[in-house]
Amino acid sequence: MNELAPLARASPVLATAPAAAAIQPPPAPGLRLPFRLAWRQLRHEPARLAAALSGVVFATLLIFMQIGFKNALFDSAVLVQNSLRADLFLMHRTTEALWRSASFPRARLAQALALPEVERVTPLYVANVPWRNPETGLNRTLLLFGVDPTARLLGFYGLDDAAWDAITRPDTILFDERGKPEFGPIRSLLAQGSFFGELNRKRVEVVGTFGLGATFSSESNAIASETTFWRIASGRNPAQVDVGAIMLKPGADVAATKRALQALLPDDVMVFTRAEIAQFERDYWAKVAPIGFIFGLGVAIGLVVGCVIVYQILFSDISRHLGEYATLKAMGYTNGYLARVVMSAALILAALGFIPGLVLSLGLYEIATAQIFIPLHMTIPRASFVFGLIFVMCVVSGLIAIRKLRDADPADMFR
Amino acid sequence: MNAVEIRGLSHRYGAGPTALTVLHDLDLTIPAGEVVLLTGPSGSGKTTLLTLIGALRAVQTGSCRVLGIELSNADERTRVALRRRIGFIFQHHNLLGFLSARENVAMALELDPDLDEAERLARAEAMLHAVGLADKVDAYPALLSGGQRQRVAIARALVHEPGLILADEPTAALDSKTGHETMALLQHLAKERGRTVFIVTHDPRIHDIADRIVAMEDGQLVQPATH
Repeated sequence: MNELAPLARASPVLATAPAAAAIQPPPAPGLRLPFRLAWRQLRHEPARLAAALSGVVFATLLIFMQIGFKNALFDSAVLVQNSLRADLFLMHRTTEALWRSASFPRARLAQALALPEVERVTPLYVANVPWRNPETGLNRTLLLFGVDPTARLLGFYGLDDAAWDAITRPDTILFDERGKPEFGPIRSLLAQGSFFGELNRKRVEVVGTFGLGATFSSESNAIASETTFWRIASGRNPAQVDVGAIMLKPGADVAATKRALQALLPDDVMVFTRAEIAQFERDYWAKVAPIGFIFGLGVAIGLVVGCVIVYQILFSDISRHLGEYATLKAMGYTNGYLARVVMSAALILAALGFIPGLVLSLGLYEIATAQIFIPLHMTIPRASFVFGLIFVMCVVSGLIAIRKLRDADPADMFR
Repeated sequence: MNAVEIRGLSHRYGAGPTALTVLHDLDLTIPAGEVVLLTGPSGSGKTTLLTLIGALRAVQTGSCRVLGIELSNADERTRVALRRRIGFIFQHHNLLGFLSARENVAMALELDPDLDEAERLARAEAMLHAVGLADKVDAYPALLSGGQRQRVAIARALVHEPGLILADEPTAALDSKTGHETMALLQHLAKERGRTVFIVTHDPRIHDIADRIVAMEDGQLVQPATH
């Protein structure tokens, strides 16, 4: 029974005992051991680990979907604004969003031309009108843009000179090939040449396509010349426009011209730069709609649910192993050290739960995109942001659960 | 040289009129290398005395000097540092269920920054050999018998070569034969290494392992005896 003799330390403990004032505990192990202990503890009970991970996966999934839908909404909401080829824009003071704009007198555009910096102005008309599916005969509402084809104001995908020229003929339109399929097989019909359809009960000829896609405010879109627009959107006063696009002369100061326009024009119109008109639309969905709030609430719910599940797992783990934690304290492990074990467990759960959550979200993004025709994109910044949220969620859970460690009193071990 | 020197030690729980004094002006000296048993009825203050010597509670009144460290007015850091130089054996071994026997023993060495992982595990394994568990180094606590678990706990209490070993009813969960064997092993290893052992027990069957038996009653040492 002398196996330890070669390992025994030479100096007897009592002979070298330092004075009370000088004694200090040596530094506790760094992060490696707490991390390893936490992992071994989690791995020891696979069922509990699976339960904890399912909570993190659920939270990850919920957050990804909420953020995905929100960003898809915002991205799609400003597709039109980002495609407008102009420097400044006019909209009626009471307009809340493009798809439900209030019109203003066309004369404001003529007034804008008085400024020497303004090169030209173009009115844009917008109306929600029913399109009759050529196959099924069912009506579905789309967003119709009326614009002077020669102005080339809209920069949507596929809008080339031939397409613009094609709608200079009366009663012709361009159809959105990225709209929902409920509007009919537009591309296959066009493959055989132009075809006739019914827009707001008026016969129109579809002569080409462009690519914009469904948004939260419209399931499909069409473009017509001003003349065709007025015929289709009967009842609209040509002297009342929805958006006024203003092109400035090269070198003109956009901000200064905006201020000059604000001073020049009556209060019934607002003046926007390109960035401002997109932000105005975004603000509508975020604050007025308030769909942004609803998605934000979804994210918060995901975080709270995940936080509660992770907390419950960590808390019950500490409670069930209180004796072991107290024993470690008796052996000289500090509260800080044990807290690092708990926090390590929280971070392991964050990392292990996030990965399957990300993979599942990618699959759901694909499914959702195919179903609602609004693209949900997974980007590295978004994935990083959600991981950050999950990380914080698990840290908060761990910090709350750590309080239970105070109940681990080593003196209780002697009872 | 004494491992434990206690002078005028008193301790109470609570405050005001409901305060309960459990230790009364206690004096006790335990020389280094001695194996001492503390007996006495429940509620006599044995466990409180053990927790004070083990630096698990703050000393209220009197002097308690353990391994040369004065514990009266000692702060938490000092008490934590002292605890790292003491070996603890509990009635319920409190091994970590998710670690093997070797890893459990090595936990007592993890706080020593001078040892690397390989050395820690080698020393833990050697200690398990010493307590007769050479074939159980990789076994998890759930697969060990009560006596084997207590021997792992003894190995854990001894592996970092503490100057003092404190044990609380270490045979309470063991049958008579296993209990005596385990305590005999503890006594043998402690004597071999010159360690001091202080055991609180109700078990008269292990009195033969002690150099000295002290008894407590109503918070006072009543019957110092030499075995």
